[in-house]
Amino acid sequence: MSVTTAKANAPKRTSFLYSKTIAPYVFVLPFLITFFVFFAYPVLSTIQMSFQEVLPGATKYIGLRNYEKLFNTHFYRAIYNSFIYTILTLVVLIPLPLVFAVFLNSKMMIFKNFFRSTLFVPALVSVVVAGTIFRMMFGELENSFINSLLGVFGVDKMKWLGSAKFGMLTLVLLATWRWLGVNIIYFLSGLQNIPAELYESAEIDGATTWTKFTRITVPLLKPVTIYVLTISVFGGLSMFIESYMLWSGNRSPNDIGLTMVGYIYQQGIEQNNFGMGSAIGLVLLAFMLLLNMLQLKIFGLFNKED
Amino acid sequence: MRNTTFKVLTVAMASMLALTACSKSDSKPAASSPAETNSPSATAGTTAAGKPTKIVFWTFQELHSKYYQGMAEKWNKLHPDKPIEFEGNVYPYDDLHNKLLVALQTGVGAPDMADIEITKFANYLKGTPQLAPLNDIIEPEINNLVKSRLDIYAKDGKYYGIDYHVGASVIYYNKEILDKAGVNPDNIKTWDDFKTAGKTVLEKTGIPMTTVEATEQWSMWPLIAQQDSDLLGKDGSVTLDNEKNIKTMTYLQNLVKEKIAVPAPGGFHHAEEYYAFMNKGGAASIWMPMWYMGRFTDYMPDLKGKIIIRPMPAWEPGGARSAGMGGTGTVVTQQSKVQDVTKQFLAYAKLSKEGAIEIWKQLGFDPIRSDVWNDPALKEKNKFTDYFGDNIFDTLNTVKDEIKPVNIGEKTPAVIDAVKRTAEFKIINDLEDPAKVLKEVADEVRNQ
Repeated sequence: MSVTTAKANAPKRTSFLYSKTIAPYVFVLPFLITFFVFFAYPVLSTIQMSFQEVLPGATKYIGLRNYEKLFNTHFYRAIYNSFIYTILTLVVLIPLPLVFAVFLNSKMMIFKNFFRSTLFVPALVSVVVAGTIFRMMFGELENSFINSLLGVFGVDKMKWLGSAKFGMLTLVLLATWRWLGVNIIYFLSGLQNIPAELYESAEIDGATTWTKFTRITVPLLKPVTIYVLTISVFGGLSMFIESYMLWSGNRSPNDIGLTMVGYIYQQGIEQNNFGMGSAIGLVLLAFMLLLNMLQLKIFGLFNKED
Repeated sequence: MRNTTFKVLTVAMASMLALTACSKSDSKPAASSPAETNSPSATAGTTAAGKPTKIVFWTFQELHSKYYQGMAEKWNKLHPDKPIEFEGNVYPYDDLHNKLLVALQTGVGAPDMADIEITKFANYLKGTPQLAPLNDIIEPEINNLVKSRLDIYAKDGKYYGIDYHVGASVIYYNKEILDKAGVNPDNIKTWDDFKTAGKTVLEKTGIPMTTVEATEQWSMWPLIAQQDSDLLGKDGSVTLDNEKNIKTMTYLQNLVKEKIAVPAPGGFHHAEEYYAFMNKGGAASIWMPMWYMGRFTDYMPDLKGKIIIRPMPAWEPGGARSAGMGGTGTVVTQQSKVQDVTKQFLAYAKLSKEGAIEIWKQLGFDPIRSDVWNDPALKEKNKFTDYFGDNIFDTLNTVKDEIKPVNIGEKTPAVIDAVKRTAEFKIINDLEDPAKVLKEVADEVRNQ
């Protein structure tokens, strides 16, 4: 060992740079630094803060009090909203883009490129802009866009953002509008990897379009589907800006748009209670981990055979 | 062997990184402690003489920023020896308060001067306030100022904020609609009269008499303050569910149930939808503090000449007809490197006689400096007299001694939040039982 250190300290600097043992560490160093500074340190600091009352100049440990306060209706409501939102977005944003992608991939489809690009454009619009426009569109007055549209069909004006059901519907609509195109792209790329011969041989065997879809397309898209599912779960559970923009601030009445991240923001920043915010954040982290493990297990991603 | 050496090295390096990050945050309170920031600011103040001192200001109200901008120009004419360069930044309401809180909490990035709204102010006084005490500029003028407007921004005998106004609440009637219904606003003396008049207006014109906020506190707070009740008691305890408050919320709910009032479109009186609704003559009246005049002139131009200002109805004949509502304190931060100049400028803009008169002229606020209230300058024409007629200050002077104060305490942000988010919405929008809702919400705030 003393020999190695002597070598490393030797006047020949080049040997240090070209050393096979050091080089890998030099190359991973940027990652390590970012990992420790922007991930490990904040996480540790969050754990510490969750046991504290954080105030400028008067921070003190308060044991488990932050966690004890956690069990209240607002927190339950936030969890409920986040989960319902996630489930609804999954229900809409997996089958719908899949079917769309199949259409867009079909040779019979006309104006393919036009539809591809129009469906993708919303993903390029900032959530802030989209949320503001949705807020205006879903206004509660008779002459706001959606209500006036419904008026044509004789439906009464509605308070879109004033009830839990329609508030959630608006959130899901916003998510669908925004993410449909992105998911279509994922599925399209998956579809293009399915060999055409499979369909040809199926046709020879006399398979209908439906059988081809259910027996070839869907099973072969499984990896893409799992990927989309995973990112949608994360996206759903961490949703915040959409709700923030729709209710012009983190202030939806009766907590109808309160999400878990929204609750962190409300407690930690708006009420100047960073300790509580940290505690909520850690619970959210635990939820995410658990859910992710479960999902990976169910889809058999822990099996090394693949 | 080699591998282990370098593994140990890597871990050591990484932990050093983590440690430096830790020590940085540990040194934060020391760096921003008053003792240390005061001395450099004093030197900065003197050395900066001659070339403009830059003052950065954050607010959530464009009108406030414009006001200071104008005052900075006036200041530069008066003090050519210490000119200032004023930079006003306007953020949305929530963004401003959160950004400022994070900047003060972390010790970096705060502006020199900022606006903090009264319901959020207690958040900034928790722990060791990261704001500069303003006693040195307030105390010389204290006898001319409305003291209750200073106490709401004080902690341990130190004043941290200076308000723009007293915030007397008044009622704005749409005269055109009232005339159509044949209702004389001067005959509306009590809230019972108001309800009766509302019924007439609704029957004759089909237009609701008023709007009630479901997600902000300006509809209910003045009404309970008028009766010497409040959200918090003088000692800071939660009194949200007392009898007077239940009675008041029931009254408001009944207005909505009988269609005399509608829940404010957009939820509150500052929503884009609301301005559009009102501007088209959507309701015949609205009670809001004096400072709402600026919203009329700027966002509801079509109502010019149609709106008249009257004292609010009282709960019983001879009762108080107004309450001091809202408020925004301008603060100077500890982080500011030019505290001295900023304070002098703030004193000039808000505490001086000239400043108080300008506050009225430009913002239409009832200034906290009471010795100018009878000044002839307040009778001069401005955009508010053009919009509302000449007798604004006469109305205000009649209720001068009936302006009820409110109690502000550490629980104010929490109780306001609960009222805005839950209590009002359930009572006004979902029409649930006021007594039950208020009890639930009050208990929750008590336990926080």
